[in-house]
Parts: sequence; structure tokens; C-alpha cells
Amino acid sequence: MSTNINMLIVDDEESVRDSLYNWFIEDGYEVGCAENASVALNMLEKKDFDIILADIKMPGMDGLEMLKRIKTIKPSAIVIIMTAFATVDTAVQALKDGAFDYVTKPFDPDDLSHLIRNASKQIALASENESLKSRITNLEQVEDLIGSSEAMQQVLREVQSVAPSNASVIITGESGTGKELIARAIHANSPRKFFPMVSVHCGALSESLLESELFGHEKGAFTGAVYNRKGRFEMADNGTIFLDEIATISAKMQIELLRVLETKSFMRVGGNKLINSDFRVICATNKDLKKMVDNGTFREDLYYRLNVVNILIPPLRERVDDIPLLVDYFIRKYCNAMSRNIVSIEPAAIRKLKEFEFPGNVRELENMIERAIVVGNGKEIRVKDLPLSQESVVSSSVESLDELEKKHIQLILNKYDWNISRASKALQVDRVTLYNKIKKFDLKQPD
Amino acid sequence: MKLPGITLIAIGYFERKMLDALADEVSNEYHTDVYLREEFKDLSPFFDPARKQYNGNALLKEIESQYALENRKTIALVTVDLFIPILTYIFGQAYLNGRTGIASMYRLSNERYGLPRNDELLFDRCVKELVHELGHAYGLIHCRTLRCVMLSSTYVEDIDQKSMHLCMECQKILGIHDHKK
Repeated sequence: MSTNINMLIVDDEESVRDSLYNWFIEDGYEVGCAENASVALNMLEKKDFDIILADIKMPGMDGLEMLKRIKTIKPSAIVIIMTAFATVDTAVQALKDGAFDYVTKPFDPDDLSHLIRNASKQIALASENESLKSRITNLEQVEDLIGSSEAMQQVLREVQSVAPSNASVIITGESGTGKELIARAIHANSPRKFFPMVSVHCGALSESLLESELFGHEKGAFTGAVYNRKGRFEMADNGTIFLDEIATISAKMQIELLRVLETKSFMRVGGNKLINSDFRVICATNKDLKKMVDNGTFREDLYYRLNVVNILIPPLRERVDDIPLLVDYFIRKYCNAMSRNIVSIEPAAIRKLKEFEFPGNVRELENMIERAIVVGNGKEIRVKDLPLSQESVVSSSVESLDELEKKHIQLILNKYDWNISRASKALQVDRVTLYNKIKKFDLKQPD
Repeated sequence: MKLPGITLIAIGYFERKMLDALADEVSNEYHTDVYLREEFKDLSPFFDPARKQYNGNALLKEIESQYALENRKTIALVTVDLFIPILTYIFGQAYLNGRTGIASMYRLSNERYGLPRNDELLFDRCVKELVHELGHAYGLIHCRTLRCVMLSSTYVEDIDQKSMHLCMECQKILGIHDHKK
């Protein structure tokens, strides 16, 4: 019956220490003995004991005083107070001071076994609780938040600073920049992390569906409402609700949402009972909400209610230094997921990726790497494995024709490894024109 | 691997036939020789008038100092009721990985619980106690296997639930599993 539990026996009577020592080592426990409280406290500072059996009456510091000291050194320690003369007062005092149990000597062997079994269960539960908590923390840890660029570091600093508070947050950024990951990071670093983070993609639902989704509904509230259903606000009690694409909600829903945010209470659709829920709200959008407020399509009062903190996530093209790190992370992620050996990526491919616009941001890069691993040779990701096609140049960020022309010529030159003849043929211009364009746009061949 | 031999010291009045049979059982379990010795020792110095029981710690120390030998395990079988200061009673005890153990028959007989005498059951319980305490002397700790003789027992009913033998795991620890069929 080997066990990892360490026990400390504190009693001034040698025969008691010996008896308990022999009894417990036969059960496979690790046992230490101390003849008085000060020796025990010294031992506790050097070694971690899980269960401490202490006599109440000892010369010098008594068991109750020692119990108080132990609770300051190791609050989770299980202390069992033993006494030859039990009184109600001392028992109550011991339990008030945090003793796990109070027993009268001598004990019945079965009582001792029960006592230790219960204490061991308590230790196992506490350790299971710790391990589950750490698993939750690990689950909630957002490892996809990768970036050494100053822009990304600034975002991470903002996450750290806002997370512990209860403030509403609006996360703004282009599609694919990882707004939900930022929301998860805020939730995971907040005191609400042991409660759920509930996500709602507002843009994907019609007004009536969104209402039912957010507030829940009572059976019979509408055709198809066969059961009572909890809404997302109710599910997010003590946790966080993440409202993605907040800019898409209707004017009516904006009013409803404002009311819920102000009162933290609501009724299910078809219900008449007021439900309270303590949630934190984080929203995300790729639209300019302020502009929407100015042109009257988004309520100003709701905007200010939501916009306590605004975190702007930069698009990938503004943090190209993060691309190698992200590529490395996605390679490891997908190679592990596909049970493949980790593949490398040729330097030229990294260069091409850095030049790419990534209108779909990190999501697009991730998909690109996943695809390259699937279609590649299994050893190295090469430029030809990456779908860096011509049309990709036409991104939302390119507005002028000149800029478009420059990007396109650069892309074609890179595609043909700066072979001017082949590139000019592909562009259907003569070589001189191409040279002039290279000069005009100050295009340079990558190293 | 052959384990160190065993000296079984019977302190008190026992039927010789029973002692021989006990020695045989113990010898079969541990595959080692058992030397049987009968002693008529005065146990009164170990009697605690307040508890009306005999001090198991003190008796174990006495057996260790008077009878223990190097390279042998010595176990004393007594008929008196044993206690240790912290517990109301014990069936027996031994030094873990030591040279000595003690076992008491006092609480093993059916009559003690108002039941009809059953010599066969008493014998079985006695074997289990001796094998159990000797297991500790050989270094075994309590085992969780339900039928293993090294399972901890606090009541006589618990003793009846387990077998007279070591489980495979305990045999492996002692290196005697190859001796078994």
C-alpha cells in the first residue's frame, strides 16, 4: 500500500511516537517524529508534511498553539489533534483553529485507519483540485498569441493590464488578426478564468435568433421552442461573454444589449422571470464603431458602455517580423496534429511570405502553412508549396494603381527569380519597359 | 532466492501439534526453515493494570533484545491481549525490515466474540497473523490486494476475508514467486 503521503507525529511520549511510527510505516507512509512543537515546526520548514498528528498537551508550546503556527506555514496541512483527556472546549477550539479532526487516545485501530483514509482523501481532493485548476489554466492559456514585434508586444501589454479588471473591452482589427484569441487571453488572465467564456458570433444570426441565443427562451415561446433553454448571458454567469462582430447587431438588439449591460439582468424570450447574471463583456469588430456612431448606425450610449478599453490588433502586414515565429509555430502545430516529423521551411519561402500582403492576416498564413504541409514533400516547405498567387496582391490595403502595379511587378519578378526576360514575357511588356518600371518603383532583388 | 530462516517462539501453553502445523504453514509460505521454540516466559512485567492489557511495544523490544538473531526472523506467539499506547488493541506487530515480530492469539478465537469454538478457523487466523507480521519483518508493507495476507486488518472479520498467502506482487518483492506453482 505505498503512498506519497508524508506524516509527522508530534508527541512528547516516546512510546506514542514509536507506536504510531511503526503503525504508519507498515502502511507505506513516510513518517517523521518530533518530541515537541518547536522541533516539529523546524521540521516543517525543511520538509513538506501532508498530515500532522499532534498531541494537545506537550511541554512548552501546546498542540493548539502549534496548530495555529502550522496553519501559517502550510495552510493546506492536515492537522489531527490527539488528546488523552478530551473536553468539548478544546475540541471546539481545535476545529475552529483549522484542525482536520480531534481524537482521543487510545484509538480503536479501525478509527485510526478511517481517520487517515479520510485525511488522505482530503489530500487527494485538494491535489486533484489543484491539478484541475492548472489544467484549466493550461487549456485557457492562449499559446497562439505569438509575436515579438513591438506592435504585438503592445497588444499583449494591454491584455495584461486590462485582464484583472472587470472593464468592458472592444477589440478592433481586420478579419483574421486573432480577435477571439485576444478575448480568450483577457479571460484566461482574469479572476473569472475558472468560469466559462461564452462566445457569440452576432453576425451569423438573425435578430430573432440572436435574441433567443443571448437571452434564452422558455418552452413554447415560439414555434420550435420545445424546451426551456438558457441564454448565453446566463451561461456566462461569473465568466465572460464574447460578442464577435458586434457592429452587425440591429438597432433593436442594441437597445436590448444596453439594458442588459446596465442592469445585468434580463428575461428569457417568452419568460416573465428576471434572471441575474454576473458577466464581463468583451466585443470584437472589424468595423470602425466610432464612424458608425457618427453616422447614426450604432448607438452612442452602447458604444461608450462597451468601449471602456479599446485594443487594436495590427494587421499581419504591419508586423512582418512576426511571420517567421508564426510560421514556426504553425509548422509545429500542424506537424504534431498530422503526426508528421517537423518540417523546415526554405529561407526563400520565408522571404516570399514576408512580402505577401496577407489580406486574411494570421488566419490566412495559418491556412497557407497547413496546406503547404499537406501538399509538400514532407521535408521542407518550398516557395512552390505556398499559394502566393497573383490575385493575392489585390488586397484591401492597396488603393492606388501605382501601388498595385508596383506590387504586381514585384510579385512576378519574384516568381521568375528576377529573370527579366521571363518576367517581361509574363507581364507582356518589353525588357526596357520592365527595367524602367524597376527603376521607377525602386524594386530590389531579395538577397 | 532463499529468505532468512524463521524462529517461532511460542510463549505460553499451546498444543504441540498445532505449533508444528503452524510452523509448517509458515515454512511453506516463505520457503525457508522454521525453528520452533517453546518458552514459558513471565509476561507480567508487560502488563498494564490501567488497561488490563499487555504492552506490545515493550514486549517486542524484549523479544528483540533476548531472542533476535542475525540473519533470522524471530516471531513470538502469545496468548495475551496486546496493546500499543495509541491503539486500543493490536493483533500483532513487527519491526519493518527488522528481525522481530509478535502476534497474539487473544482476539483470534471465536469464543472472544460469543461464538462457538472453531479450532480450524482459529488456526487459519493464527497462520495469517504470523505470516503477516513476518511479511513486515521481511520488509513488506500493507498490500491493497484484497486476498493478500499483507492486507491490513483491524477486525477479526477482516482477517477472515483474506487468504493465508502472499499475492504475486508481494512474492515478487521478496523474490520467492518462482517457488510457487
